[in-house]
Amino acid sequence: MLQGRRTWRFENSPRIISVGTAVGPKEGKGPLGDSFDVVHGDIRLGQNSWENAERVLMEEAGDRALQKKGLVKEQVEFYIAGDLMNQVITSSFAARTFAAPYLGIYGACSTSMEGLALAALLVNSQSAELVLTGTASHNAAAERLYRYPTEYGAQKPPTAQWTVTGAGAALVGRDGEGPKITAATIGRIIDMGVKDPFNMGAAMAPAAFDTIEAHLRDLNVETDYYDIIATGDLGRLGSDILRDLWQKHGVRVAAGQHQDCGVLIYGDDPSVFSGGSGAACSAVVTYGHLLARLAAGEWNRILIVATGALLSTLSYQQGESIPCIAHAVAIERA
Amino acid sequence: MANAKHKKMTPAMIAYEQVAKRREPGRPVLRNTVLAFLIGGGICLIGQFVEQFYITVFHMTRAAAANPTVATLIFFSALLTGLGLYDRLAQWGGAGTSVPVTGFSNAVTSAAIEHRSEGLIAGTSSNMFKIAGPVIVFGVVAAFAVALVRILIFK
Repeated sequence: MLQGRRTWRFENSPRIISVGTAVGPKEGKGPLGDSFDVVHGDIRLGQNSWENAERVLMEEAGDRALQKKGLVKEQVEFYIAGDLMNQVITSSFAARTFAAPYLGIYGACSTSMEGLALAALLVNSQSAELVLTGTASHNAAAERLYRYPTEYGAQKPPTAQWTVTGAGAALVGRDGEGPKITAATIGRIIDMGVKDPFNMGAAMAPAAFDTIEAHLRDLNVETDYYDIIATGDLGRLGSDILRDLWQKHGVRVAAGQHQDCGVLIYGDDPSVFSGGSGAACSAVVTYGHLLARLAAGEWNRILIVATGALLSTLSYQQGESIPCIAHAVAIERA
Repeated sequence: MANAKHKKMTPAMIAYEQVAKRREPGRPVLRNTVLAFLIGGGICLIGQFVEQFYITVFHMTRAAAANPTVATLIFFSALLTGLGLYDRLAQWGGAGTSVPVTGFSNAVTSAAIEHRSEGLIAGTSSNMFKIAGPVIVFGVVAAFAVALVRILIFK
């Protein structure tokens, strides 16, 4: 049911009945390493291309989500997935494996919550009983597509972020246990004129601000309604800017109430610069880490705000600014 | 310049630019410059030793030793690129690793390796000058201009 301008309230409370995560070696060594289902020691995963490695991650994440509940892929009614590759090939090839009716989506790093919101919408409207949604990114595949060859020696500025190698999947269903998806707010494009592709945090922070503000307004609640508000991949810089924007606009967010998946996943590792990014960043941290803490009773209500920078290599080479988006999904402990 | 840049920006965008700039960690320019000098200089020093090696051991003239010296540096840079080490050095060295001939070698090798997955023709060979190509283009253009000036003045 639409509430306010752009928030869906899911009165039939669709549930995240299972999740699966698969990550690369750097993520496995990070502070959340134990939270993930599969940790690979080799970033290539024994595949003949980075793209195939990303696809394997995507399939593993989905497989794990199914396995945990003893389900098989034939029971999946719809598969909603997206990734960072051109023409979302990772998702389409993974969909070939899952052989389920498939909706390919693109929201850059906001894909995780775009998919989860759509999956919840399908289940809530009784259009489906079991929907699998997932997203993946691979550091080397993203580097070579968006930046330079992986072994090319280009010095990165401190505002740069590190694309997460991994994949996260969630099974959304009508019945069963697991956290409830209570609402979702769809983002609009916010473009504040930032053109530097090595400064995604600054580009995306206003989009996160806009969606969170819209979400709270549509549901008529204050920020303290949520135990945590977790942004997708703003990194340290983007998170600082978001907090500045809140302060400037009189939005009160308690210390520690705001978390960023891009900061959580690598901790203080200086080699990732401002923090993690990539479609998998919010997916693996949310599904692997945040939902576990929710289930453990640490929190009751969380709001996940996945942020995406919708640029292409062509658009920034042609001097265009970076259009950004953020999708928010509210999740409650069952 | 600043005004031209701001022409297409709304007041809100300009205000936001200031908010974001305040938090932005600056590039460590001094550190980058010193490291570029040391690492770039170090690479050149190694090159000097290699040249001296060819002169002493193979009794080459300094002019004749130049080509094998460059080839040696290119080879080891390509090797380090293949071993995944050159890009790590470059995060420290910056311009110090990209300006010497080893940087050119890294640009060609890294692109060649990266596109191997698309095959030898459509991948490796058509992409290997993807980054290094502009260096050749501008090098040829600059050489032509310099040669033209030289002919006009000295002939």
